Amino acid sequence: MYRYDAMDKRLVDERVAEFRDQTRRFLAGELSDEEFKHLRLRNGLYLQTHAPMLRVAIPYGLLSSAQLRMLGSIARRYDRGYGHFTTRQNIQYNWPALETVPDILAELATVEMHAIQTSGNCIRNTTSDHLAGVTPNELEDPRPWCEIIRQWSTFHPEFNYLPRKFKIAVTGAPQDRAASLVHDVGVHIVKNAEGEVGFEILAGGGLGRTPIIGQVVRDFLPREHLLSYLEAVLRVYNLEGRRDNLTKARIKILVKSLGVEEFKKRVEAEWELIKDSALRVDEAQVARMRSHFNPPPYKTLADSEPAAGKDAAFRAWYRYNTAAHKVPGYRVAYISLKKADVAPGDATDAQMELIADLADRYSFGEIRVTHTQNLLLADVEQERTFELWQTLAAHGLATPNIGTLTDMICCPGLDFCSLANASSIDVAKLINDRFDDYDYVYDLGELDVKMSGCMNACGHHHVGNIGILGVDKGGEAWYQVTIGGAAGADASLGTVIGPSVRKADVPETIARLLAVYVEQREGDERFLDTVRRLGVKPFKERVYATPVAA
Amino acid sequence: MPRQLLRNGQVVTDDWRYLLELEAAGVDTAIVPALIVPLARWTSERDHWAAHPGRLGVVLQPADKVEQLGDVIERFDLIAAEFPGPTDGRGYTQGRLLRERYRFSGELRAAGYVRRDQLFYLARCGFNSFELPDDQLATAMTAFETFSAEYQPSNDEGLRRTLEHR
Repeated sequence: MYRYDAMDKRLVDERVAEFRDQTRRFLAGELSDEEFKHLRLRNGLYLQTHAPMLRVAIPYGLLSSAQLRMLGSIARRYDRGYGHFTTRQNIQYNWPALETVPDILAELATVEMHAIQTSGNCIRNTTSDHLAGVTPNELEDPRPWCEIIRQWSTFHPEFNYLPRKFKIAVTGAPQDRAASLVHDVGVHIVKNAEGEVGFEILAGGGLGRTPIIGQVVRDFLPREHLLSYLEAVLRVYNLEGRRDNLTKARIKILVKSLGVEEFKKRVEAEWELIKDSALRVDEAQVARMRSHFNPPPYKTLADSEPAAGKDAAFRAWYRYNTAAHKVPGYRVAYISLKKADVAPGDATDAQMELIADLADRYSFGEIRVTHTQNLLLADVEQERTFELWQTLAAHGLATPNIGTLTDMICCPGLDFCSLANASSIDVAKLINDRFDDYDYVYDLGELDVKMSGCMNACGHHHVGNIGILGVDKGGEAWYQVTIGGAAGADASLGTVIGPSVRKADVPETIARLLAVYVEQREGDERFLDTVRRLGVKPFKERVYATPVAA
Repeated sequence: MPRQLLRNGQVVTDDWRYLLELEAAGVDTAIVPALIVPLARWTSERDHWAAHPGRLGVVLQPADKVEQLGDVIERFDLIAAEFPGPTDGRGYTQGRLLRERYRFSGELRAAGYVRRDQLFYLARCGFNSFELPDDQLATAMTAFETFSAEYQPSNDEGLRRTLEHR
């Protein structure tokens, strides 16, 4: 993984010093609430319902064991013993005291971590495929490019006060595991007809109040031009994006109002003027960055069948919580952070420390965060998956549910977030309680359920196969349900099935939707495929045919 | 009372006057040796201001296009960008374009809402003159030392120092 050099280290230390001084001036009354707000947000610090919330960046989801140990240690010493992994591969602490945040940042800096630009109207953490570098059909590892973007965007003097936040995702495989189509900019590594590797650039995707799928702005960008092209996109957005209305300020609204052709014309006109500037990425820079992501020292192994002859619990875990690896004899192992009674994406200090130890023992000391709020060990020897599973199972980290109904994405909701209309964690619990029969859950196959506590859509409900949105109805929390959304390479936005339902009725509503699927599915088609084939009508009819029994 | 500001790393007394302030005070602008005119007034009364006997400056609002100055930039000794509040970042782009695309070499001034926490970024976008609140003038200079290195090329005209880079 990328290791800081002296310059990276110094910059992060200087950032800590800057923020320490800003916090001191705020506490001394030299900065107003409003002035401090814009400074603290650029260091990931929100002032929330109960306490500040601090969002720490995990660039493209990659952590060393030392970093994860530090995250656990911070959870214990500065928070209430847990952290929350988010859909953008960050971690959030919900209870730190404002006065201690500079100290937390200083401790993070000792393990090459920070909270730079994790909030505010600036370029945010660049996210990527959690299987980068290990998935079998990847064109090229996207992480060196993520790091190139991370550096370019860090403290970018021109783009620190954009009309609104700006999120970039990079993928290098045909499957899109980074939700890149709902990012402000999606960067896809592609090959052109001449066999050259470059980028397809998309812009204008996003969720929130106005969900939009990103559109292709450029089919093929030679790779030396990545930064100049991004700079052109950002410059057009910085000057032309709306600033009169917060809900219309994202780049998606600009792209939509200009039309993608006109937007592209403006970007390309700007790019023509800067593409041969110092922003050009030279081969030496790419080679240097790639050397940070060299494959670990894999053993020469053959593929095996570790699940054969083992008990059913391990077989289920192996089937659902592990994935193919490009190197023979290795396997990707997911660590599910989803189970009944725990907020999706939460991990305790002890769990983080345990997982750090397991990473050292089984996976070259690295851990990844997925955008579906789980962790994974990317490089586990197949023959050692059984002993890994035994330890995970003993610590409640082996829920065999990756990609299934109970692997829900969920925002922190009203319990933690001052923006939310409705709680989401307790709804996740209701769903978990209702669907506790794994045979049924497995029979349903691949199913994405995503839930947000408000229109800001932190839980990506628009692109859930089943999406659940908390809405406020006369002071009471109700839930609007959508179906047919998808976040991958075939991304689509879900359709609202009808009037919102009461919290207690959410599980039954889902059960009815699933009953239609089970009756109507053809062959091994997924829930999503059945919805796409039949449309919303039969699902809607079933849900609203009879009232949910009290 | 003349304004104090930070220019090229020094606290100085401002030798420039804003047209709108003078008009509000009923002062005859023809005799002012260094006058800053809003871009809108320059555009609508160009011949009049082009003939101004003293030095001339222009102040841009965030929505103003720097392209409008392309063919007349030589006439100005000062260009100011107005920052209406802590969130509007269009002026940063205006500054870079003026320095890098239009090769403006005169005084590039940040006006309006300008605070020490913005100075490092403003300076990296080419600004070399800053209308800070009086109580920040003495201490703001340390802001230029915020970071010792940079990850991306920009325009460090206003920083008056070289940042380490790769």
